[in-house]
Amino acid sequence: MAKGISRRFWGKLVHVLVLTTFTILLAFPFYWMLITSFKQNLDLYTMENNPFLFNTKPTLDHVKFLFTETRFVRWLGNTAFVGVVVVAITLVLAVPAAYSLARLSGRWGERLGIGIFLTYLVPPTLLFIPLSRVVAYLGLQDSLWALILVYPTFTVPFSIWLLMGFFKSIPKELEDAAMVDGLTRFGAFVKLVIPISVSGILTVVIFTFTLVTQEFVYALTFISSESNQMIGTGIPIFLVRGDVYYWGALMAACLIASLPIAFMYNLFLDRFIAGFTVGAVK
Amino acid sequence: MALASNKIKSIGAAQSPLLGAAMFSPAVLYILLLVGGPFFLAIFYAFSDARIGNAEMHFVGLENFRSILQSPSFRVAIRNSFIFTICSQIVVTVGANILAISLEKTFRGRGLIRFLILLPWVAPIALGAIGWKWILDSIYSVITWALVAVHIYKPFSAPMWLGEPRLAIASVLLVHSWRLMPFSTVILLAGRTAIPKDIPEAAAVDGAGFWRTQLQIVIPMMRPIISVAVLFGLIFTFTDMTVVYILTAGGPFDSTQTLPSLAFALGIQGSDLAAGAAISLFLVPLLVIIAYFMLRVAHRAEVN
Amino acid sequence: MAVVETRDLTKVFKEGQLGAVNHVNLETREGEFLVFLGPSGSGKTTLLRMIAGLETPTSGEILIGGQVVNDLSPRERRIAMVFQSYALYPHLSVYKNIAFPLKAQNVKKELHKEKVEWAASLLGIGALLDRKPRELSGGERQRVALARAIVREPAVFLLDEPLSNLDAKLRASAREELERFHRRVGTTTIYVTHDQVEAMAMGDRVMVLNKGVVRQLGTPTDVYDNPADTFVATFLGSPPMNLAELGDVIVGFRPEHFRPAPTISDAAVPFRFKVENIEYLGSEWIVSGTLVGEKLEGKKVFSRLSSAQNLQLGCMYDFAVPQSYLKFFDRSSEKRVAPRVVSWH
Ligand SMILES: Nc1ncnc2c1ncn2[C@@H]1O[C@H](COP(=O)(O)OP(=O)(O)O)[C@@H](O)[C@H]1O
Ligand SMILES: [Mg+2]
Repeated sequence: MAKGISRRFWGKLVHVLVLTTFTILLAFPFYWMLITSFKQNLDLYTMENNPFLFNTKPTLDHVKFLFTETRFVRWLGNTAFVGVVVVAITLVLAVPAAYSLARLSGRWGERLGIGIFLTYLVPPTLLFIPLSRVVAYLGLQDSLWALILVYPTFTVPFSIWLLMGFFKSIPKELEDAAMVDGLTRFGAFVKLVIPISVSGILTVVIFTFTLVTQEFVYALTFISSESNQMIGTGIPIFLVRGDVYYWGALMAACLIASLPIAFMYNLFLDRFIAGFTVGAVK
Repeated sequence: MALASNKIKSIGAAQSPLLGAAMFSPAVLYILLLVGGPFFLAIFYAFSDARIGNAEMHFVGLENFRSILQSPSFRVAIRNSFIFTICSQIVVTVGANILAISLEKTFRGRGLIRFLILLPWVAPIALGAIGWKWILDSIYSVITWALVAVHIYKPFSAPMWLGEPRLAIASVLLVHSWRLMPFSTVILLAGRTAIPKDIPEAAAVDGAGFWRTQLQIVIPMMRPIISVAVLFGLIFTFTDMTVVYILTAGGPFDSTQTLPSLAFALGIQGSDLAAGAAISLFLVPLLVIIAYFMLRVAHRAEVN
Repeated sequence: MAVVETRDLTKVFKEGQLGAVNHVNLETREGEFLVFLGPSGSGKTTLLRMIAGLETPTSGEILIGGQVVNDLSPRERRIAMVFQSYALYPHLSVYKNIAFPLKAQNVKKELHKEKVEWAASLLGIGALLDRKPRELSGGERQRVALARAIVREPAVFLLDEPLSNLDAKLRASAREELERFHRRVGTTTIYVTHDQVEAMAMGDRVMVLNKGVVRQLGTPTDVYDNPADTFVATFLGSPPMNLAELGDVIVGFRPEHFRPAPTISDAAVPFRFKVENIEYLGSEWIVSGTLVGEKLEGKKVFSRLSSAQNLQLGCMYDFAVPQSYLKFFDRSSEKRVAPRVVSWH
């Protein structure tokens, strides 16, 4: 009796310890952002103070500073604007393409689909130099339109890949039935397949939007003026004046920008994962 | 009769190549223009003397590659790229396996824990990295404070985490591992839940304990999915410049420079497009290898 | 070899809900082939998994070889189990699958080859040792699973519907092979199935379960000829036993005992029978229809006959059941009671 109980006890203890350790290691920077955001500067920059505690009263100064003295709100707006437009472009390009590759193009479509997936593996750090010339040639330097032009290069391939898996899971008989009932192939796609796939399309919307908010390299390369920054570049680069880091405001900005994105991503996590597993999980 | 069966075929079974082509060609065209085009442009630049602000361009053969291969900062960058990529993947794969095991069973609060654990991956990496920059600050680092508090270091004698080459390399490595562990964990978790429950149960009945079941049954069965996680992890780390750029900007003294960050420093900040393009082309061989393995995994998955 | 015992064994998955297994007391005999039989959801698998140590009982005790094993892990119980899906390790060859229990129980390496070959030859899969599970047919997989179970010479065998993934033809031959295999190794075996034919054919004894409760434990003849209650009476046999309510008893008789009156010489209860449907099954005929007259007017009954060529749809015939084949059940408890005199008319 005692043997069974003690074994179960130790097992549980190890489980709790492992989980706690990993959770602390992984989530600590965000806890740190949180506590830093509300500390008075005096508290932050006194080395004798225990940094884990509030040694003076919590303050909203950093948050106020962020919203009134910096372009933070503008960056949020830029990011939302670019995000929405890129989502629209991605949907227009990816939804029909994915359906076509999943259904209409047979063996050929499969290969083309894999080819498109492989382009997702081509990183921004390989393309940013030539693309900076393309952007300059088009006169889009320091313009959000440069980002809108370029971001679909990574959102479209992955979205096509995700949606292909989604469309393949819809039974063919459904479309066949619709066409027997008098719809054209394209009509069946618009009136039947798209409504059924709303959740897949929503996944792509969220995924595309989060990818846009997470992007750094292109925004850093193409955008130079402070007012045209995205959150990913504006916060780490333009909240630093010369050599002075406004840590309180910086951390508040990081937290405010990160959490909504993290929430959205978390909701659709399982679907995104399906896009990454390349069919290695059934 | 013949007519009827013909008609059914044209509606149902057969594909519609024309409509199909019309539906995928905008996307394919876009990708060819903005991924394919720039890729060849990069190759073209690498063999030229292109500079920002200089309209003229000449073909210079392998000149760029020769000077790059002789430059010490390039050698450091390529070494760092491999150190960061390989070491972080080892840390991540070990950690993610452990974490996936502990998240496999349901328990109260699992959703919250999962959310917290996922933060490093789902939050924009630039913002996560700036958080670490504050944690590793030269004066107000909380790590330093803690080490002083437990008397490992005396006040003011603690190392500058981002100021000394070795520590800076370790710091970048840490942040890369931190960022990728959640991604790897959720992928492995998906692989784990796809294993039928009676396989580990059969192992338990056959007499295998926890470790034997994990090491000889479950983890070998997860090989394809572990490869997927590792392959993506390799790409994400090898081609990343955000972490280094924000944490150290390649410093101190170019000691944490990687291929992408060096390409940015030379090509964009230094206006030497040719050198930047040539350096970033060094990413290609590894990408090709990874793509090859990725296709193999996908193909195997299809066969089984 | 060992005896498996359970004492008041109960499993409740969700508090407040009905138990999946309720107060089960059983004791196997040395070397016996015991079958758990019941409809799907009756708790057979849960009971077996508790014996294997894969499920923790809510209350009650499990004993193997006289020792309480509640707190022992599966590996410490000296049991072997064959899963419904066979649960072969897909990344290991047949040889390594069979050798795995030996490795896991630290059997000396030199002995592995010999033991694996012994188990493989016992099941006739010596030629398959290098294959991977996905390269095997269903029947071959089942044999590999059995070989993996037998190789370490366990005290008890647990099998959970091991034939349900085979097609009908293969199932019959696999059943026979399993029986032969059990006769050869003589290990105490608990076999779970929802298929009464399997249960009757293979079991030394059959334990009938419903809703997690043991309804009857007895030899196949016992449970078929002397069902303990109306559930057992109707669960076994196809078509099931005919039941008729008469006052405070339920009277039952099997279709094969409900025959044309002229063919019966013993004392018998006569009925008027209106034939409504006739099915020809090759070796036998299943005739269904309704009784005619007074108390049982309109009661639907089945008859199983070796010949029904002279019967016609829609016609009425004189049928009868020999008195000695009548079974009596209490109407409220549905348990079997002693034969008694009832008024049929
Ligand atoms: N893990 C579980 N959690 C909750 N209920 C379960 C679980 N396993 C089985 N049950 C329930 O217990 C009952 C008995 O199931 P089971 O033992 O699988 O029946 P059988 O094997 O006879 O078909 C069923 O009602 C089933 O839904
Ligand atoms: Mg079952």
